[in-house]
Amino acid sequence: MTIYFLVAGLAILIAMALGVCRALLGPSVFDRILAVNMFGTKAVLLIALYAFYSGRHDLLDISLLYSLLNFVGVIAALRLVERGKFFANDEGQDVVNSESSHDN
Amino acid sequence: MIIETISFVLIGIGCALGVIGAIGIITLPDTYARLHAVGVTDTLCTFLILFGLGLQADSYTAVAKLILIFMFLAFTSPASSYALANSAWRWGLRHNQKIHIQTIERETPSRSNSTQGADQ
Repeated sequence: MTIYFLVAGLAILIAMALGVCRALLGPSVFDRILAVNMFGTKAVLLIALYAFYSGRHDLLDISLLYSLLNFVGVIAALRLVERGKFFANDEGQDVVNSESSHDN
Repeated sequence: MIIETISFVLIGIGCALGVIGAIGIITLPDTYARLHAVGVTDTLCTFLILFGLGLQADSYTAVAKLILIFMFLAFTSPASSYALANSAWRWGLRHNQKIHIQTIERETPSRSNSTQGADQ
């Protein structure tokens, strides 16, 4: 029974490692945000797995809190990129739609 | 005993879906393709793993917490995927040139350098 939890945790850790690879070498900023989103979801699942592996069900509260922080972080990063255009313009791309040009 | 077997089968399928989504986020050639790979598999992966864990729970408190986690992730994962795709499209990120669809080609016939954000 323990080995199944270890295999499941290892699979989730492999998925998180691949997500970190995409977050490091992503060509645009949206790839990085997507990879961070997937990393956060897999971290929630990993914490839930560890809560049942160690028998301490209180860790599920931390898992729920991490899912909340993940969603808020993704939406905040998207707002920053869309409105502020801080990181999105560093590739010399001048294709901005007319409907988003009035944002400041 | 049979409940534990069903539980670990569900957790195994969920972990396989998670690894498939992670392979998709590495190998697919476009931002929207990667978003599709992750956004599709992520919700089902979450559901399978949390349902498999809920079969092993021994108290109603743990089941309630797992249901809360699943409901929050099931509502927010498609919402964040939609927000990401909408933000990328409104910012101006276009498809990869090798896998584009025909309407994009008819729409922008002359802007050949407008896909620099998508290809690598």
